[in-house]
Amino acid sequence: MMMTKRIERLREESLQAVNRISAERAVLVTQFYRNPRVQSLSVPVQRALAFEHFLLHKSLWLGEGELIVGERGPAPKATPTYPEISLHSLKDLEVLDTRSKVSFKVDDEVRRLYREEIIPFWRGRTNRDRIMAAMEPAWLAAYRAGVFTEFQEQRAPGHTVLGDKIYRMGLLDLQREIRRRIKALDMVNDPDAYDKREELRAMYIAARAMMRFAARYAGLLQEKAKEERDPQRRAELQQMEAVCRWVPARAPRTFHEALQYYWFVHLGVVSELNPWDSFNPGRLDQHLLPFYRRGLEEGTLTEEQARELLQAFWVKFNNHPSPPKIGVTAQESNTYTDFALINLGGVTPEGDDAVNELTYLLLDVIEEMRILQPSSMIQVSRKNPDRFILRALDIIKTGFGQPSVFNTDAIVAELVRQGKDIVDARRGGASGCVEAGAFGTEAYILTGYFNLNKVLEITLYNGRDPRMGKKIGLATGDPRTFRTFDELMQAYRTQLNHFLEIKLRGNNIIERINARHLPAPFLSLFIDDCIANGRDYNAGGARYNTSYVQGVGLGSITDNLTALRYHVFDKKKITMAEMLEALEHNFEGYEELRHELVYMTPKFGNDDDYADRHAREVFEIFFAAVDGKPTARGGTFRINLLPTTSHVYFGSVIGAMPDGRKAGEPLSEGISPVQGADRKGPTAVIKSVAKIDHLRTGGTLLNQKFSPDFFKDPEAKKKLTALIRSYFRMDGHHIQFNVVSADTLRDAQKHPEKYQDLIVRVAGYSDYFNDLGTDLQNEIIRRTEHESM
Amino acid sequence: MKGLIFDIKRYAVHDGPGIRTTVFLKGCPLSCWWCHNPEGISPEPEEVVTVHRMEGREFPVRESVGTWMDVEKVMTEIDKERTFMEESDGGVTFSGGEPLWQAGFLEELLLQCKRRGYHTAVDTTGHISRKALDRVMPLTDLFLYDVKMMDPVRHQHYTGVSNRLILDNLRYLAREGKQLFIRIPVIPTINDDAENITATLHLLNELDGAVREVDLLPYHALAAHKYEKFGREYRMEGVPEPDEGEMEQLREQFEREGFRVKIGG
Repeated sequence: MMMTKRIERLREESLQAVNRISAERAVLVTQFYRNPRVQSLSVPVQRALAFEHFLLHKSLWLGEGELIVGERGPAPKATPTYPEISLHSLKDLEVLDTRSKVSFKVDDEVRRLYREEIIPFWRGRTNRDRIMAAMEPAWLAAYRAGVFTEFQEQRAPGHTVLGDKIYRMGLLDLQREIRRRIKALDMVNDPDAYDKREELRAMYIAARAMMRFAARYAGLLQEKAKEERDPQRRAELQQMEAVCRWVPARAPRTFHEALQYYWFVHLGVVSELNPWDSFNPGRLDQHLLPFYRRGLEEGTLTEEQARELLQAFWVKFNNHPSPPKIGVTAQESNTYTDFALINLGGVTPEGDDAVNELTYLLLDVIEEMRILQPSSMIQVSRKNPDRFILRALDIIKTGFGQPSVFNTDAIVAELVRQGKDIVDARRGGASGCVEAGAFGTEAYILTGYFNLNKVLEITLYNGRDPRMGKKIGLATGDPRTFRTFDELMQAYRTQLNHFLEIKLRGNNIIERINARHLPAPFLSLFIDDCIANGRDYNAGGARYNTSYVQGVGLGSITDNLTALRYHVFDKKKITMAEMLEALEHNFEGYEELRHELVYMTPKFGNDDDYADRHAREVFEIFFAAVDGKPTARGGTFRINLLPTTSHVYFGSVIGAMPDGRKAGEPLSEGISPVQGADRKGPTAVIKSVAKIDHLRTGGTLLNQKFSPDFFKDPEAKKKLTALIRSYFRMDGHHIQFNVVSADTLRDAQKHPEKYQDLIVRVAGYSDYFNDLGTDLQNEIIRRTEHESM
Repeated sequence: MKGLIFDIKRYAVHDGPGIRTTVFLKGCPLSCWWCHNPEGISPEPEEVVTVHRMEGREFPVRESVGTWMDVEKVMTEIDKERTFMEESDGGVTFSGGEPLWQAGFLEELLLQCKRRGYHTAVDTTGHISRKALDRVMPLTDLFLYDVKMMDPVRHQHYTGVSNRLILDNLRYLAREGKQLFIRIPVIPTINDDAENITATLHLLNELDGAVREVDLLPYHALAAHKYEKFGREYRMEGVPEPDEGEMEQLREQFEREGFRVKIGG
């Protein structure tokens, strides 16, 4: 492994650090808002000053041997909370402390602070309270039934990625632009001028706050340098001090400055609010390339130094677990991963092959570091060389699920279809799990997962949710009276439209609440055209504003509809009444029927149009119900198809289903077939999943399991490359590979202690196997077994 | 025209270059002891019982192995893989059984493939009439040709036929300038003796550079359960699988003679 002693130690410390709750941020924010004078300020200015208060008073961490400085909490993996957004109760803290998966240690001092200061101040005044109070009964009932989740319930809108702005401009430059914009405001004729001024002022303060934070670090480094006896480390500390004195105030000049500047921005974004998907440097091999080349040319940087700096940078991401989630939000995204997804390759803004020498160096770093965060992916355009894919396959075959593989040409087409300029589209990529976005110019917000299968269950029960025993949908007719499959489809379509409407109505209210109460002036500094528009990121200030609803369980819904059509309507082997009876009994006493449903029924994933046409049909209904509708911040609703871990949660709220799935079992994930239902190999899976129109989504997720055999020699890898190219020629958006044996996983379940470093691909991201719930572990084992058969 | 097919395998990555679709034609004049596709031997559809398992319960299902399919139906299945074949410089492989036992059907399939521009390979035992071979030869880009053992008596014993016709046809194909992948099953105690290997190498060296690749296929016992299912006698009890060391040694031996070698095809 090409890793210096220092990096080895920092990496190990990061792996060993215990995830725990820090009350520091909650205390400082509470302190700030206690000041009665705060009430006289506009909300954006309040938030900017709260941000500044935090950065001026938070404790500074400097790890031994660190090259990139700054932690969100007081130490690595000490994780702050965001009580103004969602307040943890003492019971929540207990759950976080003791739950077996994705836990956060909570000490007595944190409990005391929560009990005495934080809970009394924030109870009833959080953004979550605002949202829940504003939701209509139909929304609340559907939410509780598990028809959809709501991303903004515990976390702020996010899902955005930085473009190249910080590599061209320092915060002083941005402040200059803000001053110019304020001066140009027309307070007489522009009715929004006041809002704009307050927002711009808030941005100005947020920029100042970050520069003061960097200055605090410079001071600390200066002090440490004085105390340092080792001359080499002393020189390093002095250089780091110089870096912090230059950035983020001014545009970076060196590789080191560029990385440190990004990291300050990252810390700012994830401290200001707790946005989904933390934050993301995006196209790192593009942004850093000029600094890398110049450094090498001028002799101020060596390849080894660049490698070490990147590795130090990688450790920083790993030190920052996703903020603690509870309840449904924890179930839909049950992971420490905070979804920063490094993009490599793709095309340049001019549309040329963007793979360069730094791309390969970054792939080395991914391979060498082998840690959970940041996630990584390769963007593959038809213009990129095969060598690029082959190098990535070498890393993928080691079995930790990274990098995942994306289709640049599809991403660009998706973004252009949504109305974006093609150059902005080429500057984009994918973030989070698989979400397409125009980096640096778009606020694309995921609003929640949507349970396509729950809606079928409700349809089969004529509007009733059998689990809650309550009518929550429309009365679309008793399915026992349906004479044709089309009648059933019509009823399903009506229910689906009904619940999607409820979801969109809710989203629009939440967007307004967030625009008003959750401005993010610091983040807004970096996303164009927030400054030019004088509007916040969360209020529609970005050039492009998109809100996504994420459909979950495409494979399952396809198989469920197919099973009903095949057995009840086409073959007439059983009646609808018999089918419903079997479902109500969870197939107990109906094993023969269940066997037929599982083994003797056409299934999605086998390139069989009998089944696959229903995937298309559901896709079209879902698309028509969402795509193109306006959002409350002036954006547009779009769809994508990805689950994180929600397919497990969504499965847990559904009883037995016609595809033979028993009550409570997980649904299919992403656009992948139901686990074990694809029996004709990867090309048939690819053909099936390519039958939906990926270009009309903002991202789809396909998980493919391969035994290591498929990677064993150059020829095998060439065939995988061809497989990827073929899928992408069919406009496939994304494919990821899991390369592990079932035996390994079973052993890991028995002896978790031996497999602390075992990372597997879950769905759009990788996670430590040990951190997955038993259900999910079992599911991954099943998937793996199936693949090796 | 209809032919008897017992499987169509997609993403076949061991049956020639690139990503291939392999069509298995049912019926074979040989009955090799080690055959890993015993379901391909009989030229008739066979009724078998497959057991599905679910939650500890067994569900026996009667299945027919072997379907009479017309050319168009087979081509529909092959066409589904077009993109993968194109991207990988792959193609279609006809295997069996012995695909040339249904030479007319095979010829028609090959003709359809060539019309579509697909690369074609035929995986053959070679135990077929010259007339049949002549029908498919011009339409076949690559022959995957089995050379099981050189001694005609032993060949007769283990496969049920002499190897004379097989070797004649092989030399004929080489003379005609066809591309050949020679496939040699490596079966300890049966054909991995030095004498047989030397004789095989001697033969391959005579073939005028027609041999593009030698695939050494290590014998495995994974197919044993199929024999019971198809009511056939399994005669390989006690025959060991070759170890990696032996396979590597053989690889070196063939490579020394200038052949491109792959283990496992």
